[in-house]
Amino acid sequence: MKNNAIVTLEGVTKRFPAGKGLFTALRDINLIFGKGEFAGIVGPSGSGKTTLLNIIGSLDTPTEGAATVLGKRISDLSQKQAALLRNEGIGFIFQTYNLLPVYSVYENVEFALLLQKINTAERKQKVMEALEWVGLADRAHARPSTLSGGECQRVAIARAMVKKPALVLADEPSANLDSANSHHIVQTMKKLNRELGTTFLFSTHDEKVMQYLDRIIYLKDGAVDREEYPQDS
Amino acid sequence: MGNGKRTWLNVSVLSIAFVVIIFFNGMLDGWNKQAKTDTIAWETGYGRLSHPLYDPYDPYTFSESHEVPPEGLQEEITAGHAVPVLLTQASAYPGGRLINIVLKGIDPAQTLLEIPSGQMDSLPPEVRGDAVPAVIGARMARSAGLDTGDRMIVRWRDVNGVFDARDVVIAGIFHTNVPTVDVSQVWIPLETLQEMTGMRGESTYVLLDKELAEKTEPASGAAYAGGWHYTNLDALMKDIEAVVEAKSGGMMVISILLLCIALLAIFDTQVLSVFRRQKEIGTYIALGMTRGRVVTVFTIEGTIHALLAILLGSLWGIPLLGWVQKTGIPMPEMTDQAGLAVGDKIIPAYSMALILTTVVLVFITSLIVSYLPARKISKMQPTEALKGKLV
Repeated sequence: MKNNAIVTLEGVTKRFPAGKGLFTALRDINLIFGKGEFAGIVGPSGSGKTTLLNIIGSLDTPTEGAATVLGKRISDLSQKQAALLRNEGIGFIFQTYNLLPVYSVYENVEFALLLQKINTAERKQKVMEALEWVGLADRAHARPSTLSGGECQRVAIARAMVKKPALVLADEPSANLDSANSHHIVQTMKKLNRELGTTFLFSTHDEKVMQYLDRIIYLKDGAVDREEYPQDS
Repeated sequence: MGNGKRTWLNVSVLSIAFVVIIFFNGMLDGWNKQAKTDTIAWETGYGRLSHPLYDPYDPYTFSESHEVPPEGLQEEITAGHAVPVLLTQASAYPGGRLINIVLKGIDPAQTLLEIPSGQMDSLPPEVRGDAVPAVIGARMARSAGLDTGDRMIVRWRDVNGVFDARDVVIAGIFHTNVPTVDVSQVWIPLETLQEMTGMRGESTYVLLDKELAEKTEPASGAAYAGGWHYTNLDALMKDIEAVVEAKSGGMMVISILLLCIALLAIFDTQVLSVFRRQKEIGTYIALGMTRGRVVTVFTIEGTIHALLAILLGSLWGIPLLGWVQKTGIPMPEMTDQAGLAVGDKIIPAYSMALILTTVVLVFITSLIVSYLPARKISKMQPTEALKGKLV
């Protein structure tokens, strides 16, 4: 697995100041995620799922231990290097979609490519391709405010996938969606995982999502409680 | 209030500040230009050679500061490049009242100054009689209750200090923006005044035309100047400059206040924007934007207020300022009491330098007030920003 590893976590611990003391959000996490995995970090609220995704996404750094993502040790990265890593190698999908309301669907998806300074023609081709993947090519010029929750999340998936990152981090992607939409967006991601070989890491406690995962890591009080491989059973 | 409305409110206030700054400064520049042009045309010419004892601010020096102009200057006077003027203090009795005046002798044939001295020779002999013909300004005429053809007694002291008196008849009344050639001034023929005072061939100062002033300027001690004191155009204009500078200070305070109000609104909007759009900022960072770039985006966004304000200001400001320039700004009658040249109307002068300076000022100050709140973004934790929490 290690040769194929996209994410390596070694003794990752994260503490936050809380009052006069420190609150330990993650304790001694040791995990490896390989290329093409479709894995989920599961646990109740406050178990440290989002903190772990933030560290993997280079939005935060561990207090102790080492997190290596796409060959880069997160603690050693400068702000600019972390931004470059996110821009080129990591896609984010948020619970609340985080679409930019003043931009159209097309512009929201195009945004990630603008940062990579890709020329207009190539950008257009890539954006339309990403919108095709999620079935929203016909809504390219719509504003996010005119879309349903499921459609918004599909735009967010297209935005995360348009640059074909090696890793996509999805933080509670189905939390704001109804059952049908939840199934639909996870199926979309699963399809992209199979077709493009992209590694997907979820934080979730939604059983509808969990049934599609190849690997489930249960977190409890900031530590790995157990791991399951549902597809093997 | 929505973001759109807030933006347009800011842009409107800034556009008002932009246009008002140009208007105020244009008005001052216009006044400055007009005052200088009028003062040159009516009072000073382009330079002045004066008796060494002459002090325009001290009337008591007038009785001592007279002499035949230096010999070299006579040629220039004959050629019309220089105009001698003789001053003496006097008292006038229009309608039996006493007023203090300055009698000024000037060649009726001169053309250097706009003073209609030619009118002194225009009175028919039966009207003139043995009186001295004089021209006076409209302010003097109004305050003394005089009209063309009216007479008054004028009393003066000659070179020996002996009092004498004669009738003066008003040959013409002129309108000028320069009160210093009008208020308490009575212009009579130079030769007559020289004869009345016993100062034959003498004058207090000699005014120079542009050509002669340019010749004199690099060498103040020119041979024809004799021992007379040369005052160049810049020095002659220093009173106007001083008043305009004082007025500029007041106008600048108003301009700065206006600009500050507009910039405060932009600053406030930017602070609110950074506060309310934290989630968006977090998303930008998650998508791979560097914090520096996010700061740049927000700064540019704030500075666009200035750009829009300049565009909006141009839309309504160009026609308005153009109209004001065409019609002028009427000045109240009492303004001339200030003792400086103020026309009935001030025609504002909007130079390209003034417009560009204002554009740059508005742009740079907007850039600064947009940058200051945006700078906070660089200290923001992306994980907190994504939650939409306070910094």
